[in-house]
Amino acid sequence: MSGAQKLPVAEQAENPRVGEHGALSCGRALSFSRQTHDDLERLLARYPTKQAALLPTLWLAQREWGWISREAVDYVATLLDLSPAFVWGVVTFYTMYNRAPVGTHLIQFCTSISCHLNGAGEAYAECRKRLGDLKPGETTPDGKFTVVEVECLAQCDKAPAVMVNDDDHFVITKDKLDAFLGSLK
Amino acid sequence: MSGLSPIEPVLLARRGKPDSAMIQTYLADGGYASWKKVLGGAKSGEWTPAKVTDLVKASGLRGRGGAGFPCGMKWTFVPPKEKRGDKPVYLLCNADESEPGTFKDRLLMETDPHQVLEGMMLASFALDVKHAYLYIRGEMVHAAEVLNKAVAETYAKGFLGVDVLGSGLDLDITIHRGAGAYICGEETALIESLEGKRGHPRIKPPFPAVSGVWGCPTVVNNVETLCCVKHILDRGADWFKSIGRNEKNTGPKLYCVSGHVEKPGVYEAPLGVPWETLLALAGGVKGGRRLKAVIPGGASAAMLTAKEVENLPMDFDGVAAAKSMLGSAAIIVMDETTDIPKAVTNIAKFFAHESCGQCTPCREGTPWMHKMLKRIVSGEGKKTDLDLLLQIAGQMGNGMTICVFADAAIAPVLSGIPKFREEFEAYVAKSSHPDFALAAPEDLTNKVAERAAAGIH
Ligand SMILES: Cc1cc2nc3c(=O)[nH]c(=O)nc-3n(C[C@H](O)[C@H](O)[C@H](O)COP(=O)(O)O)c2cc1C
Ligand code: SF4
Ligand code: FES
Repeated sequence: MSGAQKLPVAEQAENPRVGEHGALSCGRALSFSRQTHDDLERLLARYPTKQAALLPTLWLAQREWGWISREAVDYVATLLDLSPAFVWGVVTFYTMYNRAPVGTHLIQFCTSISCHLNGAGEAYAECRKRLGDLKPGETTPDGKFTVVEVECLAQCDKAPAVMVNDDDHFVITKDKLDAFLGSLK
Repeated sequence: MSGLSPIEPVLLARRGKPDSAMIQTYLADGGYASWKKVLGGAKSGEWTPAKVTDLVKASGLRGRGGAGFPCGMKWTFVPPKEKRGDKPVYLLCNADESEPGTFKDRLLMETDPHQVLEGMMLASFALDVKHAYLYIRGEMVHAAEVLNKAVAETYAKGFLGVDVLGSGLDLDITIHRGAGAYICGEETALIESLEGKRGHPRIKPPFPAVSGVWGCPTVVNNVETLCCVKHILDRGADWFKSIGRNEKNTGPKLYCVSGHVEKPGVYEAPLGVPWETLLALAGGVKGGRRLKAVIPGGASAAMLTAKEVENLPMDFDGVAAAKSMLGSAAIIVMDETTDIPKAVTNIAKFFAHESCGQCTPCREGTPWMHKMLKRIVSGEGKKTDLDLLLQIAGQMGNGMTICVFADAAIAPVLSGIPKFREEFEAYVAKSSHPDFALAAPEDLTNKVAERAAAGIH
């Protein structure tokens, strides 16, 4: 429910790469790098149950592979002694786990009330238009940009607020789009 | 001295100082003095958990997360050692801050993380906590980095870990990142999420204080609440109580002012400042335009008209008396140019998107309300739509659901439509379904103009 689905459900269903629990396949077996394994060990020591490390472990998976594939779900499930269906259920509840590859720049427009009052809706629509009439959640053919709409980013005093990957951008009104998009190489 | 006279910043005292996030500057400003004081007096019995709790109770501190629940009283709901056996007690700092219009906790964490950590430490002492978690929303990547660095500095100084400062007490703090879900700010959803599950609120009772995370007694407190605890320990309960409108609304408070104001931002003022003072701090309404409406406590709070906020004391009881709530003190200002039906539709979209889906009235009702509103503002509404909306919204709250999210979701609709009914009716009147049109558009335009002239909104 709580999920700006990056890939519409209908598209997933028609996609031959979709596995039993609904996740897309990346087409190869996955395992964490040495460094990420060490990070996971440190994480597990912070919680009384393995399951509690699920959200942080999914963050590690996304850091490593950019998105959460069917193989990532299966791998994380094995690491934490959980079922893949359970892990997928958690992945789909939270909006920030990408369920398909995203562009180099994941542009996240806040369109909640304070940003709405300051022109976020127009800026968001114009941004998609300039990138070739992108649909929400779609990626440009060159793989550079994905644009999505998100809820309040707790930067309401700098409305409209935008996040690009992990970085905060402020006051991105329609007239600032040129400079904004130009700054994203 | 009146409790409402302007105050020197307390919670924001260190904002803007160079390297304010670093432990050296925090220590130089007298930081961790209370933590050292309390731990130093732990062995001798000079400082006991009960003494800290009593101070917090005496201060009158009410939770800053939204509900305004008395903090000290909440702490006393944790069963005593004899009753809870060997179950550990957990403290969870709620840093999910996702209520539209709220951005104070982010500021506290990014600019003064040690203040937050010291508050957590002192609360942990009061509650006999050995491991506290700070649950930060996934989008606050930078704040999480700042906090993790601060935690590492704190361990390095020996303020956390085993036998902290020779007190015989152990304490760990872990920063835990969410992953995008507004509902995880609700305390039982936060608990579920921390356990590694979908953020589904739990049915209460049992309350977290009795059975929370991992089935253990748990206290959930907001970031700002815990920062207040630090200052109460630093400067005393009487000092805290000397600030604020009355005995029930005490202490310094952070107000997040956004929307149509000249200088949006976080402002610190005594709890209960009048509306006008706050608006002046934020530079007044943008472009000198007239005020139309204010949402005083984030998207979950009922809208107030310009008239209703006049002289309103901006505290828990003051705003409640106006039939809205202070909530997270997210004050969203809307000037005369605001299209209220569109604003209400925008908020309805938020709730439709964020319902966790467990309860039918909320799961089905929130998208339905959004659809109806969208239909109205896109000129497709029917004349019966407004009353239907009010009727259905009226059936979604008041204990029909597991958590109060549904009550929050209906507040903007149940306040926005009656208070600005003409604006909604104007949309319906212009509807492309003439069969259903309510009245000739000209009549309504006149009515709106008349009411505006009479200063009704
Ligand atoms: C839908 C919903 C969302 C909430 N979001 C937050 C939040 O983001 N931050 C917060 O501190 N409290 C939030 N709360 C309130 C918490 O449930 C809880 O009351 C609060 O964290 C307790 O802290 P306090 O007593 O220090 O205020 C939310 C409540 C509900 C019903
Ligand atoms: S009221 Fe809504 S958000 Fe709360 S538990 Fe029910 S469905 Fe979930
Ligand atoms: S409403 Fe956009 S950041 Fe809060």
